[in-house]
Amino acid sequence: MTAAASIETARQPVLEMRHISKTFGAIRALQDVSLTVQAGELHALMGENGAGKSTLMKVLSGAYRPDPGGEILIDGAPVVTGNPIKARAHGIAVIYQELSLAPNLTVAQNIFLGNEPRRFGIVDRDQCNRRANEIIARLGVSFSARASVSSLSLGERQMVEIARALSTNARIIVMDEPTTSLTSRETDRLFEVIATLKAQGIAIIYISHRMEEVYQLADRVSVLRDSGYVGTLERADLNASRLVSMMVGRDLSAFYKKDHRPPDEKRAVALSVRGMSDGKLLKDCSFDLHKGEVLALAGLVGSGRTELARLIFGADRHTSGTLQLDGKPVTIGSPREALDAGIAYLTEDRKELGLFLDMSISDNISMGVLARDARAGGLRDFAAAEKRAAKSVSDLSIRTGSVQANAGSLSGGNQQKVLLARLLETEPRVLILDEPTRGVDVGAKSEIYRLIDNLANRGIAILMISSELPEVIGVADRVLVMRDGAISGEVTASEGEPLSQEKIMELATGAAKG
Amino acid sequence: MTDKAIETTNAGDQPVGKSRRLRTAFAALGMLPVLVLLAAGFQFMNPRFLTETNLSIVTQQSSINIVLAAGMTFVILTGGIDLSVGSILAASAMVAVMVSLVPDWGMLGVPAAILAGLGFGLVNGLLIAYIKLPPFIVTLGSLTAVRGVARLLGQDTTVFNSDLPFDFIGNGSLFGIPWLVIIALSVVVLSWLVLKRTVLGTWIYAVGGNAEAARLTGIKVPLVLLFVYGVSGMLAGLGGAMSAARLYAANGLQLGQSYELDAIAAVILGGTSFVGGVGSIWGTLIGGLIIAVLSNGLILAGVSDIWQYIIKGLVIIVAVALDRYRLQAGART
Repeated sequence: MTAAASIETARQPVLEMRHISKTFGAIRALQDVSLTVQAGELHALMGENGAGKSTLMKVLSGAYRPDPGGEILIDGAPVVTGNPIKARAHGIAVIYQELSLAPNLTVAQNIFLGNEPRRFGIVDRDQCNRRANEIIARLGVSFSARASVSSLSLGERQMVEIARALSTNARIIVMDEPTTSLTSRETDRLFEVIATLKAQGIAIIYISHRMEEVYQLADRVSVLRDSGYVGTLERADLNASRLVSMMVGRDLSAFYKKDHRPPDEKRAVALSVRGMSDGKLLKDCSFDLHKGEVLALAGLVGSGRTELARLIFGADRHTSGTLQLDGKPVTIGSPREALDAGIAYLTEDRKELGLFLDMSISDNISMGVLARDARAGGLRDFAAAEKRAAKSVSDLSIRTGSVQANAGSLSGGNQQKVLLARLLETEPRVLILDEPTRGVDVGAKSEIYRLIDNLANRGIAILMISSELPEVIGVADRVLVMRDGAISGEVTASEGEPLSQEKIMELATGAAKG
Repeated sequence: MTDKAIETTNAGDQPVGKSRRLRTAFAALGMLPVLVLLAAGFQFMNPRFLTETNLSIVTQQSSINIVLAAGMTFVILTGGIDLSVGSILAASAMVAVMVSLVPDWGMLGVPAAILAGLGFGLVNGLLIAYIKLPPFIVTLGSLTAVRGVARLLGQDTTVFNSDLPFDFIGNGSLFGIPWLVIIALSVVVLSWLVLKRTVLGTWIYAVGGNAEAARLTGIKVPLVLLFVYGVSGMLAGLGGAMSAARLYAANGLQLGQSYELDAIAAVILGGTSFVGGVGSIWGTLIGGLIIAVLSNGLILAGVSDIWQYIIKGLVIIVAVALDRYRLQAGART
């Protein structure tokens, strides 16, 4: 609404970036990118990883200087942001993914960190708290300025970051993937605050990979690809296939790939789960997973999807429940036993729980099968590891210069592929994928979808946890929905009818009647 | 979360790659230039430093610490710590001398010492791996308890054996190379073989790099931990036999006091990360030599005992500071 109004009146844009280029040595990180942002608008910036979004924002925040020829105008007047402090003085604030708060200090102390109101050279704590409370009230959030940041949730900490931006009278706030680590409730809260900020005339540049968010929030969307500007869509013209094709330079029809046939009744059951409970959250979860099927496990964050996956994989202990693999009962007490039985699990948190970032790509890929490959006396078979790595790199098109490079040097999508490669080397019959495309750019996403499809066609049973409904519907044959630690229902595609997004949401939120 | 960082990395692939390689080379070479500089400096101050006799003294003095530090490298690579190696060395040395006094079976003093060390190490490992107690607490406890055991073994006296059957270990040489040095180098080479050429070695790095990921990859983490603490204890036992062989005696109270600190210092000086997952045994070898060169050079330079303590302490702090710097540099990419 606000955006439409502002465009009609053709107001002076609050920010214009004109012909911004940035080269590092011989590498062109940005090529002639222009961006216009109106006051009170939410301008989404999209593009694959490496497209140049972050570089553009670093030019804006003064971390990088643009090449000659590019200029930044604020309220129509050219400015040199030069460094982050100057940028702040021009009303530009950036909220990064990794929050930069001091958890041991109070909310007020954090808001005014480095910018404390003083009296006689001494920090004026009363004024500090009073002004912090004013700003917090503006955001409409419920914690006190005197609260310690360590007592706040991640979502609340983000509010503190926003409050800090407001304390410096920011008029342009850049948010870089702000919802990555938020629960759905916190995300809703953030969106409300964003609406408040817009109503106060603050322009927001919003970087996100998540389509639904962009649909929900954006007044306009600009897309970058390969360091260049592709185009800008008005809210009215937004549609998924157009956005994706702008981002990847190809059509959406090939984006989700589902060649494998939906499961018929005759297809054998690969994994049968009965009465799984963990004594805490999970209550009596039962389901069957068929060979060659992609079964999605949907539900809200905190509904118990990851917990259930970890129980099946033996990563956590179950208090009751049984498993059958290919019709035979199995007991699984540890990940080792699960892998030996042919169950592999892709963690949702590849940095903390998945990869060995300081070790080579080759070692990462072979890690699960080292003992299987070993020569006499437990000696490593490096040739075997090289072979596995080379095969994985070509099968999964992992983009790297050398398989001896550290896994930590790869981009998110390629790291995810390395982790997938490690699981596939164990030759699983049942593959549990927990948020397989989280933090992965669009190009790698479609490659992972194609991989999932191929694996299902080979007869591997796949259980996929996903928070992205378009992904669930695009990839899965059948959907189980979880709510409050129990399986609340199943959604299947019927004759010609695709999986219903509404039904899934009803089951996930408990809004279903009867 | 690093997607953003990666993005910039990709943008400037070559320069970043080059500085990364440089940094890796710096980490691998690590302290070798420091060792060379130190040696050159001491030689300049006292021309007696680089003589065959003195170098033989330096390497012999460092050999026991290098054996302990090799074990410590295994432990620190998993992100742990073993504070008990000095006490284990003392207890094992007592065992070595006492067994050497048994008529006709005196040679068994060496394997007995190694087994005693292994036993203590496995107890540490069991508590850490299966009861899941923090390594610092467990080995701090055994630092004290095993010291008590060492004193108990000789009723708190010094035990002697002037006719020690394995005294060649401490004082003999083979083809002109002291046995102590041969043993230390063999331990280093064997450690390298285990760490870099075996499956178990890769698991050790994996556990130190990311223990939970290792568990989810099917690695039996407790078994790996039991192994590293066992190795550390066993090598401390070997160190005990070496000490006993050198001194023809052992004393439960004095022997091996604060050896654990020298061993830890050698590992950290060698560039092994204190949080685990990154490091090499060759670095430890160089770290151990630096400590020995420093002690020896300071003595030759006529620096008083008191100042030797101060300087060595500062070197340990600088080593940890370097470790921090290296980690931060790594995290930046």
